[in-house]
Amino acid sequence: MSIPRIPLGVWIETAIDFMVEHFAFATKAFSAVTESVLELLEKAMLAAPAWLLIAVFTLLAWKLSRKRGIGLFTLLGLCLIWNMGLWPATVSTIALVCIATLVAIALGVPLGIASALSQGVYRVVMPVLDVMQTMPAFVYLIPAIPFFGLGKVAAIFSTVVFAMPPAIRLTCLGIRQTPRELVECADAFGSTRWQKLVKLQLPMATPTIMAGVNQTVMLALSMVVIAAMIGAKGLGGEVWKAIQRLQMGHGFEAGIGIVIVAIILDRVLQRVGARQG
Amino acid sequence: MKKIEVKNLSKIFGPHPERAIELLEKGKGKDEIFAETRLSVGVDRAGFDVDEGEIVVVMGLSGSGKSTLVRCINRLIEPTAGQVFVDGVEVTALDAKGLRELRLAKMGMVFQNFALFPHRTVLANAEYGLEIKGMDPAERRDRAMRSLDQVGLAGWEDSLPSQLSGGMQQRVGLARALALDPDILLMDEAFSALDPLIRRDMQDELISLQGKVKKTILFISHDLDEALKLGDRIVLMKDGAIVQVGSPEDILTSPANDYVERFVAEVDITKVLTAESVMKKSETVGFLGHDGPRAALRKMKQHGISTLFVLDAQHRLAGLVASEDCAELIGRGERDLAPIVRTDIPCVAPDTPATDLFLTMSGNSCPLAVVDEGGRLKGVVVKGSLLGAIAERGRTQE
Ligand SMILES: Nc1ncnc2c1ncn2[C@@H]1O[C@H](COP(=O)(O)OP(=O)(O)O)[C@@H](O)[C@H]1O
Ligand SMILES: [Mg+2]
Repeated sequence: MSIPRIPLGVWIETAIDFMVEHFAFATKAFSAVTESVLELLEKAMLAAPAWLLIAVFTLLAWKLSRKRGIGLFTLLGLCLIWNMGLWPATVSTIALVCIATLVAIALGVPLGIASALSQGVYRVVMPVLDVMQTMPAFVYLIPAIPFFGLGKVAAIFSTVVFAMPPAIRLTCLGIRQTPRELVECADAFGSTRWQKLVKLQLPMATPTIMAGVNQTVMLALSMVVIAAMIGAKGLGGEVWKAIQRLQMGHGFEAGIGIVIVAIILDRVLQRVGARQG
Repeated sequence: MKKIEVKNLSKIFGPHPERAIELLEKGKGKDEIFAETRLSVGVDRAGFDVDEGEIVVVMGLSGSGKSTLVRCINRLIEPTAGQVFVDGVEVTALDAKGLRELRLAKMGMVFQNFALFPHRTVLANAEYGLEIKGMDPAERRDRAMRSLDQVGLAGWEDSLPSQLSGGMQQRVGLARALALDPDILLMDEAFSALDPLIRRDMQDELISLQGKVKKTILFISHDLDEALKLGDRIVLMKDGAIVQVGSPEDILTSPANDYVERFVAEVDITKVLTAESVMKKSETVGFLGHDGPRAALRKMKQHGISTLFVLDAQHRLAGLVASEDCAELIGRGERDLAPIVRTDIPCVAPDTPATDLFLTMSGNSCPLAVVDEGGRLKGVVVKGSLLGAIAERGRTQE
């Protein structure tokens, strides 16, 4: 006896088709806004001479991390990238990561707060996050295309989806970890829910939230590279091109560029996060 | 006047708590109810009240429901049944807003593990309640500084709690509660987390602070020494129910049942302690025929006392003079103390058991003279020091 095949794939396709059709106004708006913001950011960064931008980034890394070593690494790393002729690609990647991270945090932190405060939201959000985090990254590329077509906006969309879970999860965790006695104390002193959140829970959760932000940035970077497959360009695009043309050397150069950007972001964010604690 | 009234208050933890209330009414105990329903009885039909300006200590072993009881009073825990009144207002009937206002206006709370906000400075911690109240920053700072000063923490306002010792952290906790100037202080094992020496200091300070601020204090403790020392009255709890309410003397001398007796047994050195071991050396005495009323009055002033024992020429106890009588004597221009010496004062022998001292002392406000067979004054026993001494000895004999 043969068991009929469950048409899971068909259902998902139908659902996506339905959404593409009925939420076109939203996707179009998102598309238009992101595209122009991204373009603006990229153009602005490319308009400045590379040395100036490198100096700015070095200074930022140094001041934010308060570590000379990290500043020095930033300077040398970015100079190497520039020397390899990867500067425009790097700028494009940084712009993508910035925008995607901002959107992911802007959505993720409030969602994290909501799921920390409401058991109902928590019960819905957490299983969804579990699925999101176990799904292979490539899968997110697929729905992005029907909504936004090939290109940078689709890349940002899938990056946001991929990078958001840690922001939600760690915000929620940080707030829930506020010691019971402190919450009780805030209650005993007549605090409203909002006062409790602002005066106690968010400050207490800041180090954890920062750890989430750090992870979100790193995931965004890794996804932006993968999203080169749907037209994100940037450093990932260079790797993708190199793969298709079997240019091993160039591929590795771009890979090193990605590693340098990743190390700079990670170190700086870690130091900033540690200071919050 | 009754400040807090608790009537028939119960708290059951678990789903569908009504079932347990019924069983309680049928006279079943906490363990039976747990076995039958898996519900945990936190507080079992507790009823007591606290007068204005009084320190009531709720005492019981760990798990006896003290924390639950105190949290039901400001409704950090929602009671399952029963009522709580503060100043005649039914707290258990207030809505969320009314409850928040009541907590801010009347009830300060101090926690066992201090519950200081680690990201706020000492000053910002002390300001917390005022900030919630919406007071403007300048006034808030002012009041918080004053209450920090009150607990001896002036100069520490910019430190973080983590930089302070345990005792100092709890002072911040106390200052935070006092800053709101609430009528009532709820103190849940406020000193239990402190070292014994620091704890004793804090108890002394609370007593002296209470002398100035005159709050109504509900103090939770699992330590009988502490209860005896601080409490005007003691509420003893077991398995969520109140087993005895009474003055420290009542609890020590007439325990309501075995449970209280066993509790008291730990401190029951009353039987081995004698008048001699709990008395203080009399700081000063007057001498008949030598001291006039002015001299007697000066001696009393110097030592901050209102009565003075006087000895005769053979250094035997003649009696006691009171300051008001001395003053009258001076007014009349007389110089001899003899006419105002009260001789009908309570005296005990040095080997009188401490238990009997309570009986002799009750109804007497003047100190008790300890006199040997030869009629010589060996020392005095003051009410407060009697309890204090019992508590101290209890610890050193363990
Ligand atoms: N949140 C809770 N859920 C279930 N049972 C609880 C809860 N809080 C307290 N209890 C139970 O209530 C009883 C009294 O606890 P508590 O008031 O903390 O005692 P105490 O402060 O005297 O040590 C204990 O048996 C405890 O197990
Ligand atoms: Mg307790």
